[in-house]
Amino acid sequence: MESFYQSHWILTLLIVLPLVGALAAYLSGERNAKHVALWVGIAEFVLSLPLFVFYNPNGSCTFSTQRPAVSAAMQAPPAIEQQALMQNCVSAPWFPDWGIYYRLGMDGISLFMVLLTTLLLPLMVLGSWTYVRERQRGFYASLLALTTGVVGVFVAVDMFVFYVFWEMMLIPMYFLIGLWGGRERVYAAVKFFLYTAVGSLLMLVAILYLWHRAQQGGAIGVPTFSYFDFLQLQLTADEQFYLFLAFALAFAVKVPMFPFHTWLPHAHVQAPTAGSVVLAGVLLKMGTYGFIRFALPLFPDAARDSGTVTWAMVLGLVGILYAAMVAAVQPNAKKLVAYTSVAHLGFVILGIFAFNIQGMQGALLVMIGHGLSTPMLFFLLGMLYERRHSYEIDDFGGLAASLPVFSTMLVFAAMATIGLPGTAGFASEFLVLVGAFLARPILALVAALGVIFAAYYMLPMVQQMLFNALSRRENRGLPDLGGREIAVLAPLVALILLLGFYPKPFLDRMEPAAARVIELSQMNRLAPEFGPAPPVAAAPENR
Amino acid sequence: MDRTLDLASNQADYLWALLPEIVLSLGAMGVLLGDVLQKGNRSRPSARWVPWAAIAVLLATFVANAFMLLTRVSSDPLRDVGHGLVAVDAFRGLTNCLFLLSGVLTILISIGYLDRRGINRGEFHALVLFAVLGMMLMAGASDLMMIFIGLEVMSVSIYVLVGFDRLDPRSAEGSLKYFLLGAFTSAIFLYGIALTFGATGTTNVRTLNQLLIAGENQQPMLLAGMALVLVGFGFKVAAIPFHMWTPDAYEGAPTPVTALMATGVKAAAFASLLRVFLVGFGGNYPDWSRPVYLIAALTMIAGNLLALTQGSLKRMLAYSSIAHAGYLLAAVLAGTQRGGAAAFLFYLLVYTLMTAGAFGILAANAREGEERVTLEDFAGLASQKPVLAALFSIFLLSLAGFPLTAGFLGKLYILRALVASELNWLAVILVLTSLVSYFYYLRVIVVMYMRPARSADQHAGTGLSRPAFAGVAVAAAAVVLLFFTAGAPGGMMRWAEVGQAALGRWGAEGLLPPGGAPAQPPAAR
Repeated sequence: MESFYQSHWILTLLIVLPLVGALAAYLSGERNAKHVALWVGIAEFVLSLPLFVFYNPNGSCTFSTQRPAVSAAMQAPPAIEQQALMQNCVSAPWFPDWGIYYRLGMDGISLFMVLLTTLLLPLMVLGSWTYVRERQRGFYASLLALTTGVVGVFVAVDMFVFYVFWEMMLIPMYFLIGLWGGRERVYAAVKFFLYTAVGSLLMLVAILYLWHRAQQGGAIGVPTFSYFDFLQLQLTADEQFYLFLAFALAFAVKVPMFPFHTWLPHAHVQAPTAGSVVLAGVLLKMGTYGFIRFALPLFPDAARDSGTVTWAMVLGLVGILYAAMVAAVQPNAKKLVAYTSVAHLGFVILGIFAFNIQGMQGALLVMIGHGLSTPMLFFLLGMLYERRHSYEIDDFGGLAASLPVFSTMLVFAAMATIGLPGTAGFASEFLVLVGAFLARPILALVAALGVIFAAYYMLPMVQQMLFNALSRRENRGLPDLGGREIAVLAPLVALILLLGFYPKPFLDRMEPAAARVIELSQMNRLAPEFGPAPPVAAAPENR
Repeated sequence: MDRTLDLASNQADYLWALLPEIVLSLGAMGVLLGDVLQKGNRSRPSARWVPWAAIAVLLATFVANAFMLLTRVSSDPLRDVGHGLVAVDAFRGLTNCLFLLSGVLTILISIGYLDRRGINRGEFHALVLFAVLGMMLMAGASDLMMIFIGLEVMSVSIYVLVGFDRLDPRSAEGSLKYFLLGAFTSAIFLYGIALTFGATGTTNVRTLNQLLIAGENQQPMLLAGMALVLVGFGFKVAAIPFHMWTPDAYEGAPTPVTALMATGVKAAAFASLLRVFLVGFGGNYPDWSRPVYLIAALTMIAGNLLALTQGSLKRMLAYSSIAHAGYLLAAVLAGTQRGGAAAFLFYLLVYTLMTAGAFGILAANAREGEERVTLEDFAGLASQKPVLAALFSIFLLSLAGFPLTAGFLGKLYILRALVASELNWLAVILVLTSLVSYFYYLRVIVVMYMRPARSADQHAGTGLSRPAFAGVAVAAAAVVLLFFTAGAPGGMMRWAEVGQAALGRWGAEGLLPPGGAPAQPPAAR
């Protein structure tokens, strides 16, 4: 079993299983779809758990890229080999002429993102059990297909494969919002799709440019889409700047960083509960993951540039403060929670661009913590919506009396979002602030205000919904949470507490990977302006 | 030139080299005669076997073509037949396959559609076969005069086919418009040939190639001739600003004919353009590349922007096919040395599959005497005909160039060639305009899936005949499968490279200095 969990088959299985499950759920008919989806989700989660146990923080492996043979008679020259701090690696040729390989690998960063995804999958199915009543088979099929794309994004280390997964998850998400969402769902879905597509297409051009540079000569000299080959490229300052910009745009839209965040409130408010959960829980993390995995290490000199750092941190900071202020005045609870996402992801950006281990680890912890607490809030709001068909804060009041379990949970989720000591949010935001302070002290001091702001927007909502006078008759006889709903929330509560009190097992596993990212992004890979790259015609023709 | 003359000593070579065309023309006449004999003096719809006979002819042609490709081409790629009138190379063999594919898809889609519109007459299938014959002659020709003959054979058949629904005024209007503009174009094209001949004394593409590389390539008369030939091709491939006829003709034509025009006709004109400009006028690459660059950029930008505003799906797809002409022109610019021609061939295959498939779905919505192709006509299709909606979504996503479809791989192939040729700005334009295209392709999916149908039985009559459905479904499956297999060893991309190599031997633009392309992006900062 251990060998299985150290081979790539487990990753491939985690990618393929939901896709097969999606097909099965679609074919099993309207009545059985959710049962199929639930069992597939549970299987996916249970299968992924041992990854955590068998993960070796210092495991490494080698990725190789074949050099094309010069002629049929001669033996192929030795392959290019790149050592990587990754495990569960695979590098199987797909379109070898283009250097496109099925390359997967997992490190401490991917590990937790994958686990978060697989954890949320069965919870989302369970959380939608009674919420989704129409076209169920399509819904659960989309949910499962989405999981395939997300898991793929987190483990792909071939830029082509990465891009395919990155785009692939757009379609199911688009349908999730557009078909099962609220009243303005179509507008929200199209906006979500177009924003994300705009960013990623420019990234595609940047990837192709890297491919072209890799083939042109210098260190590599063969067609390749391997992330690890790209890490060896020497690029000029201009190239790094524009390529970084193209990558950063794709990821910034996804995060979303201010001012690219305007799609998020719409998508969140209109999406069904499961859609909001997966959006906040993992899709946003794809953006920050992209920064950590690709934008920083691939273009270290551009990313480290003091101008870039200032811009990124200021935008992160603006995101924190601006989103907090907007959240504070939202009459719609779901929109409020949507804006808290922008604020929290602002912390992640702050931590990432601090370029030190505290900031990086803090950012990763915020990603995980936010991936637990915000889905919990969305689940709770969804449960309330099923009872009252409203997200307006003013429609509620005094729920503490009629819904004690629900109220306890909501208070807990709110505290986790604010970052109370003992929950996942506290340690992580603290680490981010420490890291940011080391890099840009003044910005960090302002960012610390954001922590207070969190209380400023969360507490009035909790107060109004739970503790004000029970003024409306409709709220009186609402049923409290049932067993299924508690089963959805309980794992999240447990993990938030675990992360708050004992984050060591998590930190241990992600530390080497985070340190490696810092190390890569500290490298100097600047090519001289008139670099060694020979003109195109001199590149070896390989056909 | 000696080499080609040698061949004349063996008359059988002519036969073998033209075998596909001979099979097709005999078969087409057979289908026409068979239909007439079977009907006798009465006027009634064609028998059910007529389309199948036409498909059988196309398949027989495919076999003949494969035979030609495998036995005639491999031995000596420099062979020309008929004193260089027709090329015998892999490029011709591969493009022939594309035309046959588009012919088969057209006929499959037309089964059932013609009955529903009440225009099921035998000439239809024979005319499709003749049009395909014209395409094959045009793309295979290695002489400007032969290209012109192929062009006319193809065009005359298409003029008739566009106006095939005589009682529909739009069909007649489209036909007339297409005919008038097409006639002008032919004249311009012919004049271009005449000027070229006047300047160089030859109309043979390969002789031209050698003459122009050797020098003497800056005479005004030659440049004018080149420009006119380019205009002629521009009309046929529907590049902007020569696209005016396209939306009207596409909209008026019966949908299967539109599919044929958007795929086969365009592909033939493009294949011929590639051969004439990359081989024939290859030595003048610096002269013609700048206008082509501008036309390509303009076509991509304007085609996509105009498609945005269309309410009729048929017009939308017409403009989208204009935009795709821009992508293909960009591939032509990348030439034979840096993957442009291979990208072109691969994209043409993908484009044929997805465009014919999309028009096939449009045909499914046709009723007695009306077309029903506005956006609203497709509202709620997904809830009443989920399979058709899913197939249409695949084609639309592929047209948009979305991953997991071959359209993405095709665009990537073109982008790769553009980046390798240092045509970076064209690559950026291609990407940004594809983004625009996301919007209008997506809108159709939105309407199909997210708008309710007007009535519970709005789509009750929507459907394809079983053969048509099979054709469309196979095209959709191919679009998805190609994504996973095209680049694997032995996949379609290898074939595209074989086709490119056939022209690459002659590709004079390989003689240019590296990055000899126009409009270099300014050195940043």
